[in-house]
Amino acid sequence: MALVPTASQTVGPYLHLGLTALTRADIAKDASKGEKIVISGRVFDGEGQPVPDALLEFWQANADGKYAHPDDLQDKPLDGGFLGFGRVPTDKDGGFRFATVKPGAVPGPGNSLQAPHIVVCVFMRGMLRHLYTRIYFSDEAGNADDPVLGLIEDAARRPTLVAQRQGGKAEYHWDIHMQGQKETVFFDC
Amino acid sequence: MSALIGYKKPAAGTQPNYLHPPYQSSIKRAPGKPLVLVPQTLSEITGPLFGHELIGPTDNDLTKQHDGEPIGERIILSGRVLDENGRPVPRTLIEVWQANSTGRYRHALDQHDAPLDPNFTGYGRTVTDDEGRYRFVSIKPGAYPWRNHHNAWRPQHIHFSLFGPSFMTRLVTQMYFPGDPLLPLDPIFNCVTDQRARDSMISTFDLETTIPEFALGYRWDIVLRGRDATPMEKQ
Ligand SMILES: [Fe+2]
Repeated sequence: MALVPTASQTVGPYLHLGLTALTRADIAKDASKGEKIVISGRVFDGEGQPVPDALLEFWQANADGKYAHPDDLQDKPLDGGFLGFGRVPTDKDGGFRFATVKPGAVPGPGNSLQAPHIVVCVFMRGMLRHLYTRIYFSDEAGNADDPVLGLIEDAARRPTLVAQRQGGKAEYHWDIHMQGQKETVFFDC
Repeated sequence: MSALIGYKKPAAGTQPNYLHPPYQSSIKRAPGKPLVLVPQTLSEITGPLFGHELIGPTDNDLTKQHDGEPIGERIILSGRVLDENGRPVPRTLIEVWQANSTGRYRHALDQHDAPLDPNFTGYGRTVTDDEGRYRFVSIKPGAYPWRNHHNAWRPQHIHFSLFGPSFMTRLVTQMYFPGDPLLPLDPIFNCVTDQRARDSMISTFDLETTIPEFALGYRWDIVLRGRDATPMEKQ
C-alpha cells in the first residue's frame, strides 16, 4: 500500500504555544562525559533582518559518537540520560543559545568517518516546510575529509556550516542566513 | 556495519516548495540557492524518541486544563499515524496547538480583536499507541484574519507536530475541517499542487467517534515518510 505523505505546513507565528513545552536549551547536564560546549548565534532573513519566530532543533551523538536510537548498531556505550535532542526558539533579536557536549565522530557512507557534527532542523513562520542543515566545529581537523561537507561543490559555502570557536573558551558562534552572500547550506536528504 | 535503510523522497507535488509567493512571508525566508543533495547517514536516519513518560493526564484533553470548561463546539479528534508503506507508527509524540473558538491564540503576538477564553490554552500532546492511534478532545478552533493580503482569513485549523522514528520523518503540518469555505482561498493550504496532498490535510466528520449528547467526531490519519524498500548504501 503506497500512501501519500501528509503535506507540510508552516509553524506560523504562534509556534511558541505548541513547541516550547519541549524546549531543550541545555542538554549538557544530561551527559556524564564529553566537553561541555555552548553554541550561539542568530537567524537572519533575506534582507538581513533577524528572525524572531524561528525554532531550531538539534540532533547529535554523544561524546563517544553513539546515537540514542535503535538503528545505531555500533558497539559503543550510551551515556545515561543523554538523548542528544535539543530544541530552542529564537528570541526577539533572532538569537539562540544551545548548551550541549561536543559529539564524537560517527560513521559515514562506505568506510568513511564523519567529523563531529550536529544535525539541525530549522522551522520558522514563512517556511512551509522545515530545512535540514548541520553544525561542524572549527577546531576539528576531520572537517577537511568529511564526506558530507565534501559534497558541497562550491567549497566557499562549506564554512557556513562551521561553528567558530571563540578564543580559548568552549563557546562557538554559528549564524543562519536564509539568503544572500552568506546563505547557509541547506540539505536535500 | 550493516546496511542502513533510508527514507523515501516525497513524490513531486506532494510537499510545498520553500518559495511560494502567494504566501508573502516565504519570499524573504525561503532559501535562495538550491538545496545540496546528500545521502542519509546514520545521523539522519536516527532521531529522538519520546514516550509516554512525557504525557500528563490532561495533555490530550484541551477542555480539561482549567477549572472551567472552554466555550465552543466540543470535538473528538482521532486517527492513526502511518508511514507511506501503510505501516502504523507506534509510540510517537504528537504536539498540537490551536486558536480558541473565537479565532484567538493565547500568545502575546496575537492582536486579533476577539476574546480570549480563560478556560482554554490551546496546547496538547499525546503519544500514539502500539497501533499508531491517537485521540484528542478539544473545541473547534475559530477562523482568524491575517495580513497576507486584503481580507485574508485562515481556515479553521489545528497545528500538528510529529517526530516519527527518525529525524527524516519529522513533520509539522496543519489539520483542516471538511467543507470550510475558506480553504480554496488560503495560500498556505494551497501551497501543494497535488490534489491528494491537499486532501491529506483535511479531516473527515465521523459519526462513529461522535459521542451522543457530548461532542462531534473528526478523523484524520497522518502519513509520514516511509522507509525505502532496499538499503541505500553500505555504511
Ligand atoms: Fe494557526
